[in-house]
Amino acid sequence: MIAAHSICSPLDRIDGPLKVTGAAKYAAEYPVENLAHVFVVQSTIAKGRVAAIDAAQARALAGVVAVLTHETAPRIEDCDDAALRVLQSDAVAYHGQIVAAVVAETPEVALQAAGLVAVTYEEQPHHVELRVDDPGLYKPEKVNAGFATDTLTGDPDAALAAAEITHDTTYTTPHYHNNPLEPHATIAAWSDDGVTLHDANQGPHGIRDDVAKAFGLEPERVRVISPYVGGGFGSKAFTHPHVILAVMAAKVAGRPAKLALTRQQMFALVGYRTPTIQRLRLAARRDGMLTAIVHEVVEQTSTIEEFAEQTAVPTRMMYAAPNRRTSHRLARLDLPTPTIMRAPGETPGMYALESAMDEMALKCNLDPVEFRIRNEPQTDPDTGLPFSSRGLVACLREGARRFGWEERDPYQRVERRHGRWYVGTGVAASTYPTRRRASQALARVDHDGNYTVLIDASDIGTGTWTALTQIAADALDVPLERVRIEIGDSALPRAPIAGGSMGIASWGTAVCDAAEKLRTRLRDEHGGAIPADGLEAHGEAGDNPEAKRFSMHAYGAQFAEVHVDADTGEVRVPRLLGIFAVGRVVNAKTGRSQLLGGMTMGLSMALHEETVLDPHFGYFATHDLAEYHVAVNADVGSIEVAWIDEDDPHINPMGAKGIGEIGMTGTAAAIANAVHHATGIRIRDLPITLDKLLER
Amino acid sequence: MTPFRYERAQDAGSAVATLAGAPSGAFLGGGTNLVDLMKLGVATPDLLVDVARLPYDRIEVLADGGVRIGAAVRNSELAADRTIRTRYPVLAQALLSGASGQLRNLATTGGNLLQRTRCVYFQDTSKPCNKRMPGSGCPAREGYHRSLAILGASDACIATHPSDMAVALAALDAVVRVQGPQGERAIALTDFHRLPGTEPQRDTVLAHGELITAVDLPPLAFGARSAYRKVRDRASYAFALVSVAAALDLADDVVRDVRLALGGVAHKPWRALRAEEVLRGAPATEESFRRAAEAELAQAKPLAQNAFKVPLARNTIVRTLLDLAERAR
Repeated sequence: MIAAHSICSPLDRIDGPLKVTGAAKYAAEYPVENLAHVFVVQSTIAKGRVAAIDAAQARALAGVVAVLTHETAPRIEDCDDAALRVLQSDAVAYHGQIVAAVVAETPEVALQAAGLVAVTYEEQPHHVELRVDDPGLYKPEKVNAGFATDTLTGDPDAALAAAEITHDTTYTTPHYHNNPLEPHATIAAWSDDGVTLHDANQGPHGIRDDVAKAFGLEPERVRVISPYVGGGFGSKAFTHPHVILAVMAAKVAGRPAKLALTRQQMFALVGYRTPTIQRLRLAARRDGMLTAIVHEVVEQTSTIEEFAEQTAVPTRMMYAAPNRRTSHRLARLDLPTPTIMRAPGETPGMYALESAMDEMALKCNLDPVEFRIRNEPQTDPDTGLPFSSRGLVACLREGARRFGWEERDPYQRVERRHGRWYVGTGVAASTYPTRRRASQALARVDHDGNYTVLIDASDIGTGTWTALTQIAADALDVPLERVRIEIGDSALPRAPIAGGSMGIASWGTAVCDAAEKLRTRLRDEHGGAIPADGLEAHGEAGDNPEAKRFSMHAYGAQFAEVHVDADTGEVRVPRLLGIFAVGRVVNAKTGRSQLLGGMTMGLSMALHEETVLDPHFGYFATHDLAEYHVAVNADVGSIEVAWIDEDDPHINPMGAKGIGEIGMTGTAAAIANAVHHATGIRIRDLPITLDKLLER
Repeated sequence: MTPFRYERAQDAGSAVATLAGAPSGAFLGGGTNLVDLMKLGVATPDLLVDVARLPYDRIEVLADGGVRIGAAVRNSELAADRTIRTRYPVLAQALLSGASGQLRNLATTGGNLLQRTRCVYFQDTSKPCNKRMPGSGCPAREGYHRSLAILGASDACIATHPSDMAVALAALDAVVRVQGPQGERAIALTDFHRLPGTEPQRDTVLAHGELITAVDLPPLAFGARSAYRKVRDRASYAFALVSVAAALDLADDVVRDVRLALGGVAHKPWRALRAEEVLRGAPATEESFRRAAEAELAQAKPLAQNAFKVPLARNTIVRTLLDLAERAR
């Protein structure tokens, strides 16, 4: 592991001043000359085909450059994701699908002309509601991130039948939309060399590859530039249809084109999290030792592409039990394809598992902290591998100490009423896998001893600019002021997306390798002196060989205090505490922000977030931020974040576990458990809205 | 969105005359609702007459002890006004519970009253809506209606009026002063907004070209003992599921007089006259307050998703009155 000189310190964001002064440009803000503007026309049916498009009025409007439809749009090559085949056929697979687009001189004309495009449809009956008894449920070959769809250990059915104490309940989570602050936008400009994109994404190389494939270009002829990105939460991890359309529009117009999605359009076009129906069955002995865990998940994908959220995966290794089964089944619905959203799998899965653990603790007459500690596994129950490090028990104990858990009245609602409020507290565990992906990097030094590290890493607001500079400085063993990084550009060495909490682990490992090689070259080839025209070295990081020997995860424990209004059922969360075991935290300030932001998003999931599906029209009826509620500042009380010391030499040279997602896992369960403690009402269907708690 | 002309009015007379000659035109105040609806294609005025700069930006105390609020007074200014805060705290609280600081800085008194009712189908031009396209149908009744009306709705429309300010004004017996092509008139706030009936496209009784110039608050001796309680899905920046504006006058623990209005439950700010009638002369107890709330809500016709609003409104009325009674003791 690299020595911590710069890392672990709470360095201010080096891009902070650029952002607060507006100098950091986001995709839609690049000044490009002779720019045309694109506005999309979206399907108003959920299934069928476009029978006719009358674009005469739109084309006749002054300032309209072109109207693209499936009849007029240029043909593109096959894409890996069928959703990217924009305007290639008359088929409509979901409400909100792009069925036409206007290219115009100004955004206003584009918007006006889009309203003049008359589309007639041949509508077919649609199927949009997720149900456990859907006859079309099927078993996907694998689930997201390459995990097995189902697992089985021992004989859980026999264990359940024989158990002294059992628990069998279904938990549901609704549709969620990622809703990053910056709406998705792409500016595409063709030249003799190929096409250049300014694009809001979580990884330029992936966008580059998809665009190259769609337009039959060598990947080197596509350049994607994305140094500053205003959040993604997964919705910017992969290429979405508007990117392809922007490139197409620029080609047709023969000039640069900009496509900036509206917030409303984002609800159909950039993914969302699948709703889940999760049946949890637990069996235990009277002493609280689990004997069986069964976690069966029903969720959805679209008819055009498969995305299978790995919802039951954390249940495979959280707690010891000799008998265990997990499974995922999918319904193909006439809706957009779901995608990853912050902690896919762990977020909905840990809500259900950690709610069930709370219910089971009560049935076993055990404190929920003690119940979890009692079922701590010695090795990974799924793989049998030892843990590279596992801090769950330490987090539970430290959290309990800080939160004042000992003084907790174990019974629900024993007139623990402060004025108009019922008061309760709850706990839940957090987890997220610790992984990394292949990455490259280039380290360079000039004659004056100024270092530059180049890598196509992404900063989606997470602090990469700062954290990666710190890593580079320590890996090069030079002061921070000597190091500058370049990121967010597909012309830089290839690197994986900011996703799966693997960014810093993957990029940092490649940066450390490049730094090591540069130092070696300097020492071995130049006797330690920097040559007159500088020196550079390529670094590379592959998959972690230690991943075959160890089970690697980050852990945490979250504690919540909730107040429930006795008259109205309104829920407030005055206090959240999260204790995490995440290895070394590269930047104590941005790291804290990541965990705090995750917990805030978990609070938002617990209390507010839900995209309402209208089954009649087959669309998301709540498709703006007035109707789709995310937590506002007033919803957030005190959130305390801390981490325990954890040395894990097996994960990467920084000893750092990914922290982008773990903060969000378990929060909703901690809050739901606290609501039960306060009111005696167990909410098994998120969000916890006041109507579910109201005394009628 | 369609192109439109923009004109800045020099005075009320010319503003009214200009709009009277432009049947598809609209007055522009703070623009916080109208411009949103224009971007969505829901409102398509071809002319905007900007009246936000007309000299109706004062809050004056009238000779009878009432207060005249200029139509162009911004919501944030009105909420901060000392007279309002001390004599009509219900109004200041209602204003501060609405929207966000940024929106309140722009929104005007007149514009606040003229917000269109809310419903997800009204705001989506790809869907039928009797308000937007009379006769096209109402998908909300069978569709998503969790936040919609339980009182005074019709088969044609179950939308709710979003204003908090107007609920307080309804409780305070405010009067809307209007200047139109036919001259001036005064309209009781409670008559200003309409129930949907068979014409849900009409939110108010204003005729085209009529301009709000002021809102008058009559004196209310017990106005200082008033409060606004808003219940919503998050702690801030959300429309009311149910809100209660109340003023309570007690004598020896008996209700001498009361004003009560509800928000988030109807196509208009809902003055709870039946509840008031039950309350006057009744002992100031939880039981009376509950009886009054139930009398008002007996007319409720909730649907599947918004049935919770009936007990929510009842509980919120009771709690608000109990709190006011407690303060009066």
